[in-house]
Amino acid sequence: MTSGESVTVPAPDRKRPHRLAVMLRSQMRNIAPFLTLICLFGFFAAASPSFATLDNLGNILTQISVTGIIAVGLTFVILCAEIDLSIAAIANVTGIAVAYFTLQESYVNIANVPMPGWAAILLALALCALLGLVNAFGLTVIGIPSFIMTLAMMQIAAGISALLVRGQIAYKVPPLVTTLGSTSIGGIPWIVIVAALMLLGGHLVLTYTRFGRYVYMVGGNREAAEYSGLNVKLILGSVMVISAVCAGIGGMLGVAHFGSAQQNEFDTYLLDSIAAVVVGGTSLFGGRGGIGNTIVGLFVLGVLNNGLDHVNIDSFLKILIRGLILLAALVINVYAQRLRERTAD
Amino acid sequence: MPAGLKPILELQEITKAFGGVEALRGVDFALSPGEIHGLVGENGAGKSTLMKIIAGVHADFSGRFILDGRETRFRSVRDAHAAGIAMVHQELSVAPDLSVAENVFLGNQPTNRFGFVQWRRMAREAGEQLKRFGIDVDPMSRLGDLPIGLQQLIEIARVLFSGARIIILDEPTSALSPPEVERLFATLKRLRDEGTSIVFISHFIEDILRVSNVVTVFRNGRKVAETRAADTNKPALIEAMIGHGREALEETYTHDIMLPPPAERPVVLNASGLSLARSLRDVSFDVRAGEVLGIYGFMGCGQLELARILFGKLKPDQGSLAIAGEQKAFRSTAGARRAGIAFVPESRRDMLFHQEPVYKNISISVLDRISSLLLKPSRERKIAARQVDQLRIRPAAVELDLGMLSGGNQQKVALAKWLSYPPRLLVLCEPTRGMDVGAKNDVIHIVRDLRAKGLAVIVLSTEPETVLSLADRIIVLKRGAVVREFSNERISKDRLLEAA
Ligand SMILES: Nc1ncnc2c1ncn2[C@@H]1O[C@H](COP(=O)(O)OP(=O)(O)OP(=O)(O)O)[C@@H](O)[C@H]1O
Ligand SMILES: [Mg+2]
Repeated sequence: MTSGESVTVPAPDRKRPHRLAVMLRSQMRNIAPFLTLICLFGFFAAASPSFATLDNLGNILTQISVTGIIAVGLTFVILCAEIDLSIAAIANVTGIAVAYFTLQESYVNIANVPMPGWAAILLALALCALLGLVNAFGLTVIGIPSFIMTLAMMQIAAGISALLVRGQIAYKVPPLVTTLGSTSIGGIPWIVIVAALMLLGGHLVLTYTRFGRYVYMVGGNREAAEYSGLNVKLILGSVMVISAVCAGIGGMLGVAHFGSAQQNEFDTYLLDSIAAVVVGGTSLFGGRGGIGNTIVGLFVLGVLNNGLDHVNIDSFLKILIRGLILLAALVINVYAQRLRERTAD
Repeated sequence: MPAGLKPILELQEITKAFGGVEALRGVDFALSPGEIHGLVGENGAGKSTLMKIIAGVHADFSGRFILDGRETRFRSVRDAHAAGIAMVHQELSVAPDLSVAENVFLGNQPTNRFGFVQWRRMAREAGEQLKRFGIDVDPMSRLGDLPIGLQQLIEIARVLFSGARIIILDEPTSALSPPEVERLFATLKRLRDEGTSIVFISHFIEDILRVSNVVTVFRNGRKVAETRAADTNKPALIEAMIGHGREALEETYTHDIMLPPPAERPVVLNASGLSLARSLRDVSFDVRAGEVLGIYGFMGCGQLELARILFGKLKPDQGSLAIAGEQKAFRSTAGARRAGIAFVPESRRDMLFHQEPVYKNISISVLDRISSLLLKPSRERKIAARQVDQLRIRPAAVELDLGMLSGGNQQKVALAKWLSYPPRLLVLCEPTRGMDVGAKNDVIHIVRDLRAKGLAVIVLSTEPETVLSLADRIIVLKRGAVVREFSNERISKDRLLEAA
C-alpha cells in the first residue's frame, strides 16, 4: 500500500465559503432584534413628528423602567431555560407590602401596620425574597417544573396581595421609595437611573462573574453542568430568588411611580417582561442571550407601545399589532436556535 | 483501486471546509455493490465529514457525486434516504422521548388508509425486527430510559433493517459488548452477501480487517491509502494513519499481561455493599492511591450506575462510600467534586457544552480554583491551551465552539476538563471510546502519569482492551454483582471475557 507523503502542507487558499454568512447566521439572534428596533423607530419617526423628540425619548425610557427592572431577574431565569410566571404578582405584592407597612392617610381603610421607612422596605424585600425561595424550593427540591411552580406562586402572591389591601387602595410608601419611584434628578427620573443600574449590574454579573458563567452553562446543557460538578440546584434556586427580588424592587418603585398600590396593578408586566427578554433574542432554550438582548427587547417594546400612541390607530388594533410583533419575534427566536444548531452540525 | 464491479457510488475530488477548517481536500471515494468498505484514520481526519456528505447531511461541498453512474446532488438527508442511503451517526441520534418502536420506524411508521399510525402493528414489527437482531426489549418503552449501548443497538437495527442499499456505520461498535459486536458483524456479512454496500468506520483496526473487503485510510482530510483488506495488516494501516515511527503503539493486548501485586498505599475510596434496585447487588471494593482499578463487564452489567453513584449522581439504596476513611453521602455531584472526585461519563453529549468554546468547556470544572468572584478569562484560556497541547486536541484552537471538533477530539476535551487540577480520584467511563490509536495511547500515558502522581483511578469499560491496557487490578461485574477479581496474576482478553 502507499502511504501518503507529507500531508500537513497547508492547503492553498481555495474559496473560503462565505465566512461572513456563517458569522451572520450565528449572530442572527442578536442582529434580528436590533434591526427590528431600528425599523420600528424609523417607521414611527416618519409617521409622527412628535415621536422622535428628546422629550418623547425620555417618556419611552420612563415607560420601560419598571419592566426593565423586572426583566433583569427574568433574564437570569430564562438563560437557565426556566420560566418565572410569578414576577408580576410578586411585584404587586411587594409594592402592596411596602405600602402596608407605611402609615396611610386616615381615609384609607386598610388595617395596616405602620413602621419606619427602612423597616417597611426591608420587610417588603424579605417578602419577595421569601416567595422567590419558595419558588426555588418547589423547583429544585420537590422537582415541580418552574412553569407550574410559578403559576401557583402567581396565585399565592395575588392571594397575599388581596388579603393585605382587601380591595382598597393605598397611596403612601416610604420616602426613599417615593424619591426613587417618582422624582427626578437633573431632569432624569430616578426610576430610569435605577433601571439602568440594575440592568448594568445584571450584565456585569452575567458576563464577568463565575456565577454568571454557571448560569449560561446550566442553561446550555444542564446534564453537562451536573457532570462537571456544578451545584445545578443551587444555581437554579438562586436565579429564582434573583428574579423574585428584582420583581419586588420593580414593584415597590412601580407603586411609587403610579402613585397607588392596589390589586392587579402589575398584571400587564408579566407578558411585557417575558416579551422584552425573548424579543431581545435570549433563547427560550437557555444558554444564549443576556442583558444586552433584554435591553434591545425593552426598547422594541417601549418604542412600539409609545409609537402606537403617536400614530392614529384604533386602540383595539394596537393590541393585535403588539401580538403580531411578539409572534414574529418568537418565530425568529426559535428559528435562530435552529440555524445555530445546523451550523454546529 | 481494487478490481471489482462497477461502483454504485463514486465521489471525485471532494473538498469541504467549515469556516477556515478544511475537513476534506480533494478526496476520491468509490463504493462497489456488495462490499464492506472499512474506513480508518485519526481523530479529525475527515471520515465522518465524508460520510455525512454521502448521507446528505452536508449539502454544501465541492466535487462530483456520482450515484449509479449518474451525477447527482443531495440537498437533504431525505434525498439520500430516497436514494436508499442510510447512516448510523457517530453521535447517537435517536429520539430519546419516543418509544423504541417509534425509533425503529422513525420517519416511516406504518399507517392505515387514513394516515393514522398503526401502533399495534408498529410495536409488533419493531419487536420482531429487534429480536432477530438479538435485542429483547419492550417496543413501547421510552428509548431514553434504556442504557446507552442498547440505544445504540436499536439505532443500528433501525438502519440495518431500513432496506437501504448503502449503509454507513460511523463507529457503531463503540458502546457494544463483544457478543453484540459479533452479532452485528454476522448481520453485516449477511447484508453484504445480499448485495448491500456498507461503509464501516472504526478505530478498532482488528475489527476493520476482519469484516471489510476494502480498507481506505484517511489522514488530514486526504485519502492516503486504499487497499484490499486481505493485502494489508494492522501495522501497515497504523503507519498509513499516523505516520512513521509510532507503529509500536501498545494499544491491544492479544497476549497475556501480568497484573502487579497490590501496592501498600493508603485507600482513597472504599465502597461497601452498594446496591441499587435492578442494577447493582452488594458491590464492594476499594481503590488505593497510585492505583488504577479496572471495572469490566458487558453492557448493562451495572457499571454505568456504579460510576454515577461514585460521583453523587445516583444515590445507592444500600451501602456506603468512604473517601480516605471518611464516610460520605453525596447529595449532589458538586459534593463529590469537592471531595476530590472527577468523573467522565461514557457519553460526551452529556458532558460537554457544544455551543460554547473549547476553553469554557475545559475550565468549567475548575472555575472555582481559578477565580473566586470574577472570571479570569485569560487564565482560563491559558489553562485550556495547556491541556489542548498536552492531549493533542485538534484543531488546537481554544476559541472554537466545541461542536466543531471531531468526535474523538471532543472526547479528549471531556478528559481535559479534569486535568488542570488533578483530583484525588478519577472515575473514567469508556475513556478511549471513539479515539484513534494515537489518542488512545496518549490517554494511556496520561493515566499512567496521574497514577505516578498518586491519583487513584477507576476505569469502567465494556472494551476489554481498554481495561487491560490501563488497569493494575480488575474486577468483573456481571448482572450488577462482582463475580471475579484479577490481581497479581496473568490475564488475557480471553480470560477476562470468560469471567464476564
Ligand atoms: N460542523 C463543523 N464545524 C466546523 N468544523 C467541523 C465540523 N465538523 C467537523 N469539523 C472539522 O472537520 C475535521 C474533520 O472532522 P470529522 O468529524 O470528519 O473527523 P473524523 O475523521 O470523523 O474524526 P473522529 O475519529 O474523531 O470522529 C475536524 O478538524 C473537525 O474539527
Ligand atoms: Mg467521526
